[in-house]
Amino acid sequence: MSLKTESKLEKILASGNLAVTSECGPPRGSDPEAITEKANLIKDHVDAINITDNQTSVTRMCSLAACIRLKLMGLEPVLQMVTRDRNRIALQSDILGAASFDIHNMLCLSGDHQSFGDCASGQNVHDLDSMQLIQTVRRMRDEGKFIGGDEIKRPPKMFVGAAANPFADPFEIRVARLAKKVAAGAEFIQTQCIYNLDKFEKWMKGVRDRGLHEKVHILAGVTPFKSAGMARYMKNRVPGMDVPDAVVKRMADTPKEKQAQEGINICVESIQRLKEIDGVHGFHVMAIEWEEKVPEIVERAGLFPRPVI
Amino acid sequence: MIVADKKPIEEIIQEIKDYQKILLLGCNECVTVCEAGGKKEVGILASALRMYFLNQGKEKLIDEITLERQCDHEYLEEIRDRIDSYDAVLSLACGVGVQFVADKYGSTPVYPGVNTCFLGATEKRGLWTERCQACGQCILANTAGICPISRCAKRILNGPCGGSTNGKCEISKDLDCAWQLIIDRLKAMNRMDDYEKLADIKDWSSDRAGGPRKVVREDVQE
Repeated sequence: MSLKTESKLEKILASGNLAVTSECGPPRGSDPEAITEKANLIKDHVDAINITDNQTSVTRMCSLAACIRLKLMGLEPVLQMVTRDRNRIALQSDILGAASFDIHNMLCLSGDHQSFGDCASGQNVHDLDSMQLIQTVRRMRDEGKFIGGDEIKRPPKMFVGAAANPFADPFEIRVARLAKKVAAGAEFIQTQCIYNLDKFEKWMKGVRDRGLHEKVHILAGVTPFKSAGMARYMKNRVPGMDVPDAVVKRMADTPKEKQAQEGINICVESIQRLKEIDGVHGFHVMAIEWEEKVPEIVERAGLFPRPVI
Repeated sequence: MIVADKKPIEEIIQEIKDYQKILLLGCNECVTVCEAGGKKEVGILASALRMYFLNQGKEKLIDEITLERQCDHEYLEEIRDRIDSYDAVLSLACGVGVQFVADKYGSTPVYPGVNTCFLGATEKRGLWTERCQACGQCILANTAGICPISRCAKRILNGPCGGSTNGKCEISKDLDCAWQLIIDRLKAMNRMDDYEKLADIKDWSSDRAGGPRKVVREDVQE
């Protein structure tokens, strides 16, 4: 895969190193320090930082503005964009805006349904779906064309990512669905949080059987549990999440004051096992409102220091 | 058909409480089938309103008429000679019927008596579900006869999303995932290869987005 962009993430993946990304959720307010403080906690331990786009449909500072904050700090943002809130005019416009700040990575998502958030009575847009957003940004970059066919002056140079959830149903199409995203133009994948490693390995086998691991960089998603309560919540309440009973039990059997540490232990063990899977090219560490633990996870998983490119 | 649901009677009372002579106008089409605005529902609502206003010590004239259709000039003309004897019309037709009454009888106040919900089917008595959003450019040929625009909460053309669990949608355990249904059908028809065909970016100009729509058929015009 020859380099298509100036993305540091793309360069690290192309070099054959395991990449490490993490993410920061923007604040429910306009304080820029809420972003810069989180970023400072993790910046030396990750190659790029995703900024979520109104995750779980709760209104927050926009992803693009928060990504610009990271750029101003000299960091490498991954702009998350959901198709829920913007039509094709707004999506393309924001892509150009991001490119004007030399933001080089984006992640194309459909987004959680708005009924989960603080504006349940709002409209959703879904003018494009996530695959069509991938196609759109690839066309903008590679052909220098808008959806409408007009030419773009200084096309955006984005390294294009997508999400994959090997644990959603039906399982049998989960590899085919990845193939579709690759065909649409996805160059890297960040997966849903992995707790059911057996099922993930099965999915990866299907990915390898079709040679998809040679066409797209797969970053395995991990999220440490802070408590047994969080493990139960993730298992029972978060759509598309697969937390095996044994993992919940391990958290529940741990004394309360040691549960957070046990959550980190599980996360580190998972990364170590995931490292052995052919086709896993990196990790996406999503420590939800627990960014300060990212360095420990990355170090204990043997992913530190990060390569200098 | 167009599926409608009853409005709460309190809301209807608020709409009509200041009028003396009121016509409850039912429709014998879709709203009759979905038991929201046919002759039977007009009768029940009229009785309830009479009783309510009587209890309030107010005597009102509440008449009942149910037309064959309210979305057709021919049938709506049937009330022309009587319309001026009423202060207001409460139409129990869908929103189309309410507006057609308003269009035709320019000076008569008209109020909606039902909430118009969607284009759907009768699953069983008392259960109607959405099947179509009238996007104006049918894609069912590509989606195994199941419409993700009307039946997927995110109208995803290349689904399912990551929230599909045990065949159900992420927004409700009572709601089938449209894409699970599509995949089940593709499998049953031995057409799973079609799953990997990418659906193109849709032209929504024939949908609501393109502005109020018209179908013009010169071949059948008189």
